Amino acid sequence: MENITQAIQGIPLNHYILLSSIIFAIGVMGVLIRRNAIVIFMSVELMLNAVNLLLTAFSAYRGDAAGQVFVFFIMALAAAEVAVGLAIIVMVYRNTNSADINLLNKLKW
Amino acid sequence: MNLFYVVAFLSIFFSLLVIFSKNPVHSVLYLIVTFFTFTIHYILLNAQFLAIVNFIVYMGAIMVLFLFVLMLLNLNEETEPLKPTLLKVMGVVAGMCLLVTLAGSLKALSISEPVVLQNANLGLVKNLGKVLFNQFLLPFEISSLLLLSAMVGAVLLAKKEA
Repeated sequence: MENITQAIQGIPLNHYILLSSIIFAIGVMGVLIRRNAIVIFMSVELMLNAVNLLLTAFSAYRGDAAGQVFVFFIMALAAAEVAVGLAIIVMVYRNTNSADINLLNKLKW
Repeated sequence: MNLFYVVAFLSIFFSLLVIFSKNPVHSVLYLIVTFFTFTIHYILLNAQFLAIVNFIVYMGAIMVLFLFVLMLLNLNEETEPLKPTLLKVMGVVAGMCLLVTLAGSLKALSISEPVVLQNANLGLVKNLGKVLFNQFLLPFEISSLLLLSAMVGAVLLAKKEA
């Protein structure tokens, strides 16, 4: 266990923030450039995970366990969100025969 | 110290593959690898409870749900809807703008102290359990309600004749 915790000694906190920002931005790009509803959903998961990692890094940095408890709650919320969201996508697929979000433009303008 | 940078590079690489691969099934598989690299990050931060929960909930439950729905709907490369190239380029530019803004504000903040584990046992189950069941008992109970309502909602939405 000692060697594992030794491995992160000396990583600046900035690098954790930068890593999370990059992955969050990748998630945003995924939402913007894809049309498949399920891939968009996966990009949202990517964003949630970036935030989780940053919360854990801050929690380790401050020595405060509350941050890791928050991450646990976010994971429970993500599980609920995925269940409901995928049910909605299955229902949309049943009605339109595709997972393309551009077909769902009735509320667009 | 170097292990962090290797794993960080892998996370970024595989998350890029998630959004740029044409086949949605490949996207899900790359997403599983990305979540695995996140698990390694949690282990490096000595957040062992979160590492195990990430492994079981994300890589197990959520990814099985995604794969199951993808295969149920029979989505593959031929049925994949594509955006025009102009919109794609604009999306990437917008994402890069967000990244530059975040990195710039980080630069203005100019704190760069190293992460030092003051309390190495912080992320163990014993420690987190004490916090979770004393300070956060009410949110914990409420999250059980959330999961129950999500389960009922999912079943109701996915039923044929609602």
